Amino acid sequence: MSPHPSLAKAAGRGTPVRIANGSAFWGDSQEAPLELLRGGLLDYLTLDYLAEITMSILQKLKARDPRAGYAHDFLGVIKRGARDIVERGVKVVTNAGGMNPVGCCDAVAAVLQAAGYGGRMKIGVVTGDDIMPQLDAMLERGLSFTNIDTGELLSTIRPRVQSANVYFGAFPIAEALSGGADIVITGRCNDAALALGPMVHEFGWMADDWDRISAGTIAGHVIECGAQCTGGNCQADWESIPDFARIGYPIIEAESDGSFVITKHTGTGGRVDVPGVTEQLLYEIGDPKNYITPDGIADFTTIQLKQQGLDRVHFSGIKGRAATDSYKVSISYSAGFKAVGTLAYSWPDAYKKARAADKILRQRLDRLGLKLDAIHSEFVGVNACHGEMSGEPANDIAEVVLRIGARSMEKAPVERFLKEIVPIALNGPPSVTGLNAGRSKVDEIIAYWPALIPKTAVTAQVEVVSV
Amino acid sequence: MKIQLRQIAHARSGDKGDDVNIGLIALTPQDYAVLVREVTASRVKKHFAEICRGEVERYELPNLYALNFVLHHALDGGGLVSLRMDNQGKTYSAALLRMEINVP
Repeated sequence: MSPHPSLAKAAGRGTPVRIANGSAFWGDSQEAPLELLRGGLLDYLTLDYLAEITMSILQKLKARDPRAGYAHDFLGVIKRGARDIVERGVKVVTNAGGMNPVGCCDAVAAVLQAAGYGGRMKIGVVTGDDIMPQLDAMLERGLSFTNIDTGELLSTIRPRVQSANVYFGAFPIAEALSGGADIVITGRCNDAALALGPMVHEFGWMADDWDRISAGTIAGHVIECGAQCTGGNCQADWESIPDFARIGYPIIEAESDGSFVITKHTGTGGRVDVPGVTEQLLYEIGDPKNYITPDGIADFTTIQLKQQGLDRVHFSGIKGRAATDSYKVSISYSAGFKAVGTLAYSWPDAYKKARAADKILRQRLDRLGLKLDAIHSEFVGVNACHGEMSGEPANDIAEVVLRIGARSMEKAPVERFLKEIVPIALNGPPSVTGLNAGRSKVDEIIAYWPALIPKTAVTAQVEVVSV
Repeated sequence: MKIQLRQIAHARSGDKGDDVNIGLIALTPQDYAVLVREVTASRVKKHFAEICRGEVERYELPNLYALNFVLHHALDGGGLVSLRMDNQGKTYSAALLRMEINVP
């Protein structure tokens, strides 16, 4: 049953396909996926768990335990939502597979069987994105994996590479759905593909139907950051946004012609309006005429938006162009170590004391002659976010936090740096607290290396297994 | 008359490697014309002089009454490397809204 049959009928179209996103990253709301499943009608639930850094974390987990290496938060969604997913036939599409989609599939199957749903479900698994095992052979064959931001060759950092994954598009997901999958688990793939895949499957869009592919990509882009398109992080009149505490996560109502509506379940908090949706459209984009994904090139300057009643924004007119012949590759590599410590100074003269402490610390670090590549100080409450453009604080400012960080290719100097921070509470300027440096630890820096690979050099593998 | 951008626009920013993009959206179609005229790439570069080490590019989206700015080398090496509290440039959008412009 369509939630808005009159609208669909009036436009002379079929029932829209309702595709929601309940996770913007690994660590997003644990409740949102359940609330989406239970709060109203849904055809697909997508869940995005992978950020730039996530793959290298998952790689480390897998190195320790070959069954690990996926976003295990997803198991909680399956455990708590199994009944809704199975009984109501909501299909789930997720990149929770991370570095180990097969391991994730096995774990999901075990959860479903334990819940008594064995024999009723099929899981589709997309693999082939992890090219780490073939990386050296590929380099030997002449693939350079040049950094698309800096132009440097991968050979300059090859020994420090920790993971290398291709961003696949929507078609492997659509293939899994066509194969009968109720749940699709991928490794690294384009975020928007999680929503575009179901549209390709439902509407039978062809790979070269560039306008519709681009429309579906833009729909996926709008919901990929979860509640950031339903009122979250919205600067347009944010104080008037209702009921943040029960904010609804986004739902696409997709039509076969490529038009769609962004909305949320009735009765939830937040707001879906043109200003908020526009903010999210512009989030993390470059040239708006050339938004490149594995599936095509979307042109954001063709989007026509219209408020279509309360909490409904209608998209139409989207044009796109042919896909490029390469996939993007996300490579992570070890790039040294860093640590950050903080010291909170209270009134009176809070800013003066914090600046004095910074100066003293730097003099001590100088005397130690540590091999630090960078030291960075900020004054939280004064200028940490916006730097000099914040201007001078009031003379009687209540408190200021000195936040000081250091970076080095070696671990030892950063460890030594941290040890220098806490003592200044007793041997420096007065009225200081908040010594988190005592608990701070040195973090390995995992840096991100974006590159391209010809599409002919890799193939996605799709397998559908019965649970 | 001098006004602050926040009076006629809202914005959102995010990171990609060492770059930050800021989407700047006019509150009305009339305000969009003011943004196009006043908020040039070079003015944005100057506004972020302390933070942005590279070039600033500007793209126009008249259909959304919006401009998109890409600030290159604006994150101290990128979100994962940076020592800044705002290592992903999340508050750069608000920083842009501080800019003062002339309106008739």
